[in-house]
Amino acid sequence: MAMNAPATGGPNPPGSSEDDLLVARDLKKWFPIRKGFWSRVVGHVKAVDGVSFNVRRGETLGLVGESGCGKTTTSRLVLRAYDPTGGTIHFKDRKLGWIDIPTARRSELRDIRRNVQMIFQDPYGSLNPRMTLREIIGEPLLVNGIASGSALQDRVAELLRLVGLHPEYMSRYPHAFSGGQRQRVGIARALALEPQLVVCDEPVSALDVSIQAQTLNLLEDLQGRLGLTYIFVAHDLSVVQHVSTRVAVMYVGRIVELAPTADLFFAPRHPYTEALLSAVPTPDPDHRGTRIFLAGEVPDASNPPTGCHFHPRCRYAVEACRTTVPPLVELAPGHQVACHRATELSLAGVVPGS
Amino acid sequence: MTTELIDPPARTGSAEAPRPLDTPVVLDVKDLRTHFLMPGGTVRAVDGVSYTLHRGRTLGIVGESGCGKSVTAQSVLGIVPRPGRNVGGTVTLTRRDGTNLELTSLDPRGKVIRSVRGNEIAYIFQEPMSALSPIHTIGHQITEVIRLHTGAKRDEARFRAETVMRQVGLPRPDAVLDRYPHQLSGGMRQRAVIGIALACNPGILIADEPTTALDVTTEAVILDLVRSLQKEGGMAIQFITHNLGVIAEIADEVVVMYMGRQVERAPVSQLFHAPQHPYTQALLRSMPRLGHRAHERLEAIQGMVPDPYDVPPGCAFHTRCRHYVPGTCDSPEYLEVSPRHWVRCSRAGEVA
Ligand SMILES: Nc1ncnc2c1ncn2[C@@H]1O[C@H](COP(=O)(O)OP(=O)(O)OP(=O)(O)O)[C@@H](O)[C@H]1O
Ligand SMILES: Nc1ncnc2c1ncn2[C@@H]1O[C@H](COP(=O)(O)OP(=O)(O)OP(=O)(O)O)[C@@H](O)[C@H]1O
Ligand code: SF4
Ligand SMILES: [Mg+2]
Ligand SMILES: [Mg+2]
Repeated sequence: MAMNAPATGGPNPPGSSEDDLLVARDLKKWFPIRKGFWSRVVGHVKAVDGVSFNVRRGETLGLVGESGCGKTTTSRLVLRAYDPTGGTIHFKDRKLGWIDIPTARRSELRDIRRNVQMIFQDPYGSLNPRMTLREIIGEPLLVNGIASGSALQDRVAELLRLVGLHPEYMSRYPHAFSGGQRQRVGIARALALEPQLVVCDEPVSALDVSIQAQTLNLLEDLQGRLGLTYIFVAHDLSVVQHVSTRVAVMYVGRIVELAPTADLFFAPRHPYTEALLSAVPTPDPDHRGTRIFLAGEVPDASNPPTGCHFHPRCRYAVEACRTTVPPLVELAPGHQVACHRATELSLAGVVPGS
Repeated sequence: MTTELIDPPARTGSAEAPRPLDTPVVLDVKDLRTHFLMPGGTVRAVDGVSYTLHRGRTLGIVGESGCGKSVTAQSVLGIVPRPGRNVGGTVTLTRRDGTNLELTSLDPRGKVIRSVRGNEIAYIFQEPMSALSPIHTIGHQITEVIRLHTGAKRDEARFRAETVMRQVGLPRPDAVLDRYPHQLSGGMRQRAVIGIALACNPGILIADEPTTALDVTTEAVILDLVRSLQKEGGMAIQFITHNLGVIAEIADEVVVMYMGRQVERAPVSQLFHAPQHPYTQALLRSMPRLGHRAHERLEAIQGMVPDPYDVPPGCAFHTRCRHYVPGTCDSPEYLEVSPRHWVRCSRAGEVA
């Protein structure tokens, strides 16, 4: 396939291997907090604070974590919708080879933008209300000179059918659709250019479970057919478990655990992952009221706790947790954890087949 | 050092007993119809929907994307966007003073319905951004709402706003109130909107996908908050969601919709353990379950969702139903098959 073409860009980034498509190192995004008449900077929201991960070609990397922990910000850094405060993100472009996204030149960015697409969390805000579906989905094809006229029409129809919408909808505006239908429009647009990497931010949370199943099956088919790679942000852990090859768990701007999916769900090594898994609602009304609550104050990204960010809410915390930041270390092949007590704790995961 | 001293978190909470369903009716929706007259034809977004909300109880609403859940909610409040029009049915609200008020006959921009919205019936929009103004801080927006509905002074409203923001689990509420919506994460925005809706102690809460943007630990906090407010104040809740795990957690009764109509209504336990309508059955089968094998193909419902301009005749689900029998499925009625369990399927009872 075309994506195995030899790299022409920069050298392999450190810590990368042959099958990596994206390598992020020590990524940071701090948003300034301004106050008063002079808009003086009085602090920073450390939305992403030293995040490192690799994404392998053809895999789905799940990204989960508490609301506000920096998942969308991380995604936006990959798309260069934001400039990072620090760190690198190397992407292995089909044509250009390894390129550092934050420092890419304008001409390189055009190529990267074609190959890295996003499906947004908020379909309402991300679809232009004044454009018809034909214009919304066709725009990237037109701008990149890939199709026009009746070929464009055909391609848009094909994309609509791909996501389970009627091609006749083409001339309608987004407001005429329900939330879930709009989400599928967003998916069709993201896939229009057959990108290498698709960053999906809550792509199925607005869909009913049947359409959700259809869409997840579709994303998997496309992955097989087009060799797509996904970064998949979602809150529904049963969905994440279903689609992900590996999963990264974030907590207040940092990755606290990263592991192959089965390891993470069945044998978690970080206390926050354990808490997350125990809070999943059981789809059985006869077992309600059995979710576990995560006690303690929700952390504030502009003034996070010292040491391990999770320590004020962690049931296993010891003195070292309050004072020292636990590094992300590899405990077993491919299983990285940032917890002082990871080797001694035995944590509860999901019960298989439950 | 060992860890034997600490028990792992286990799902120990004893299952709650189902609550009786026959508390007083506070909202009675009868044969509601809302259509969109479009150049290409008519979309019967809501086509004869009837349900009741009961004091202190939660009605879950599920159904295919586009089946009319949001438009139903908007019809109740008289905020259907154009070119939508309420073309039939009644919505009767029992007010706090015991009097009844029919809402569909009110002027949608008039004083009466405006005093009902937010005050007696709070609505959490499916898309938080559509309920928030991008040019005002979160704090400005919530204190305005509180002042409007309670007449509180500025300081008092600010204090109340901080309390509510803390209740919905936002860190540093004082700082969050000074931010603009775009400076918050998706889930923080959603919680702000939930906070605004709950700030005025509504008698009825209509929540449209209120927790989709939340992680499970935050979601647990919100559901718990909603439940405890319900216990205290007897709030009646209409909870629209795709997440069947959440329905199992919070609903007393569930309505299942398909193409603008109800196809099933049942007490929650009955719906999960003995669903009668083939659509409900298919829905439950397509749910991914935690702990099951990854990458196993999910069981989606066969066929394409019908065009809303062209609803299939007879049973609207027949084009995708594995139990369809020509001649038998032409005009299913909505029948009570067992106490408080209604189904619209000609083959109800025969299929499982
Ligand atoms: N433009 C911005 N200006 C200031 N702060 C921001 C901005 N965007 C995000 N933040 C802050 O950065 C933090 C991380 O936000 P982000 O949207 O990445 O979270 P998230 O993990 O995607 O959460 P959710 O699950 O709720 O979508 C939050 O504290 C948020 O308030
Ligand atoms: N402003 C509008 N103009 C035209 N049609 C509309 C409009 N709003 C909704 N509709 C149509 O009404 C039908 C019902 O939409 P509604 O938003 O109620 O669906 P829903 O059940 O809430 O779906 P979802 O689960 O995806 O949010 C859909 O077919 C939709 O296309
Ligand atoms: S480092 Fe300490 S506080 Fe952090 S998760 Fe591990 S045990 Fe808990
Ligand atoms: Mg987000
Ligand atoms: Mg809706």
